[in-house]
Amino acid sequence: MAFLEVTGLKKRFGNTSVLHGVDFTMEKGEVLAIIGSSGGGKTTLLRCLNFLEMANEGTIRMEGGFTFHAAKQYTPAEIREMRLKMGLVFQSFNLFPQYTALENVYIPMQLRAKEALRAEYPFGHARREAIGNAKVRNMAQAEKLLAEVGLADKMGNYPYQLSGGQQQRVAIARALAMQPDILCFDEPTSALDPALTGEVLRVIRSLKDAENGRTMIVVTHEMEFAAHVADKVIFMADGVIEEMGTPEEVFGNPKSEKCRAFLHGEKV
Amino acid sequence: MGFLDVTQKLFEGFGVSCLLFILTLVFSLPLGLVISFGSMSKFKPLSWIVRTFVWIIRGTPLMLQLFVVFYVPGLLFNIQLFSGDNGRFTAALVAFVINYACYFSEIYRGGIEGIPKGQYEAAEVLGMTAVETFFTVILMQVVKRILAPISNEVITLVKDTSLARVIAVAEIFFVNEMDYLAYGIVWPLFYIAVFFLVFVGALTLFFGWCEKKLSYYRV
Repeated sequence: MAFLEVTGLKKRFGNTSVLHGVDFTMEKGEVLAIIGSSGGGKTTLLRCLNFLEMANEGTIRMEGGFTFHAAKQYTPAEIREMRLKMGLVFQSFNLFPQYTALENVYIPMQLRAKEALRAEYPFGHARREAIGNAKVRNMAQAEKLLAEVGLADKMGNYPYQLSGGQQQRVAIARALAMQPDILCFDEPTSALDPALTGEVLRVIRSLKDAENGRTMIVVTHEMEFAAHVADKVIFMADGVIEEMGTPEEVFGNPKSEKCRAFLHGEKV
Repeated sequence: MGFLDVTQKLFEGFGVSCLLFILTLVFSLPLGLVISFGSMSKFKPLSWIVRTFVWIIRGTPLMLQLFVVFYVPGLLFNIQLFSGDNGRFTAALVAFVINYACYFSEIYRGGIEGIPKGQYEAAEVLGMTAVETFFTVILMQVVKRILAPISNEVITLVKDTSLARVIAVAEIFFVNEMDYLAYGIVWPLFYIAVFFLVFVGALTLFFGWCEKKLSYYRV
């Protein structure tokens, strides 16, 4: 079985069908790029994988993680648990404006640590001490992650004091902090000035090149990036996967008419 | 009418006005949040009932509401809910709390609905529960957004307390009225204005300070 296995995924909004049955698999450590023109269902697919939208049909299975059947009902707690196996970086960053870069990374980690510790220690001094220890640990981890995305000197800054590229790098650190098994990016550079896209793409690339490379799914309009960083490329159009393969196959010799037209349009 | 005499009476009346002001805020600020949750409820009948109620309260004069709260229980149902000076004060407080809670609820609703969806989604993908999301992510952004409209309402409330006079609550106008009307003396009226100006001035400084305290981030 593949690490991630998506089968027959369908999603409708009212009467509009956005995904008409998406199937794909990916292996651990792979980087999957999803390309295609707007309205093709790329973002909806990513949102279904993160349970921001609930698929109407199909299954999502992560080895050693979870199995999601669209037909089943899940409690908010169960969804939360599945969701934490996935990470998502948004197009518009969505940092919390009232917190510093460091707090943005640290607070979500600490909330989860607290939840776990509350279950472990019912009450009292031991719990307070454990939470205090978790705070020190998580704070250090948050600092380390921000340093890794090149923001060691910006930890105390609020989001409005950071450039778009810096905000997106904080958002990446924040997503990494939750230690997801698969990290998803929804057009991570589309809201950025062209001059700032490079720094974000470099960070994503560095995650792939790290010792145990991250498993990532990147929805992107950056064809260069998809061609050079992805192990596998999916071209989506009208709610289905039109073309799937290595970057060489998809960019070099696309079989689908739509994919050829799309790539041609991109190059013009 | 000596100056000291008037001053003393004004302070007495002002004390009652202040108490009405403070108690109204204490009850209506939280009640407004409850009402706003009601009007935002996904359970449609509840949201319709609450919104209709808010429409009625915001759509009728506060003075009318004071009369209704104070007189209607006795006249229609023969229930003596509010008797004596304390009763009058309580009736005024009830009317004020309901009225202001409705206004606050609409301010809260605007503040909460104005928070971008992305903030909720970011909190969701980071595994936060609904309660955690509200308290760690949403609340402080709402506070910042609603500070200016809330301060407007609060300043209006200072002056609205004088409406309690219509059901003979011994607020700042009522205590002195007999004197200045009977003797045709005008200056106490301006003296009353000074009380209000000083109070509102202090509130303005307070809200300015709050705004400054919240200026470390932008929403």
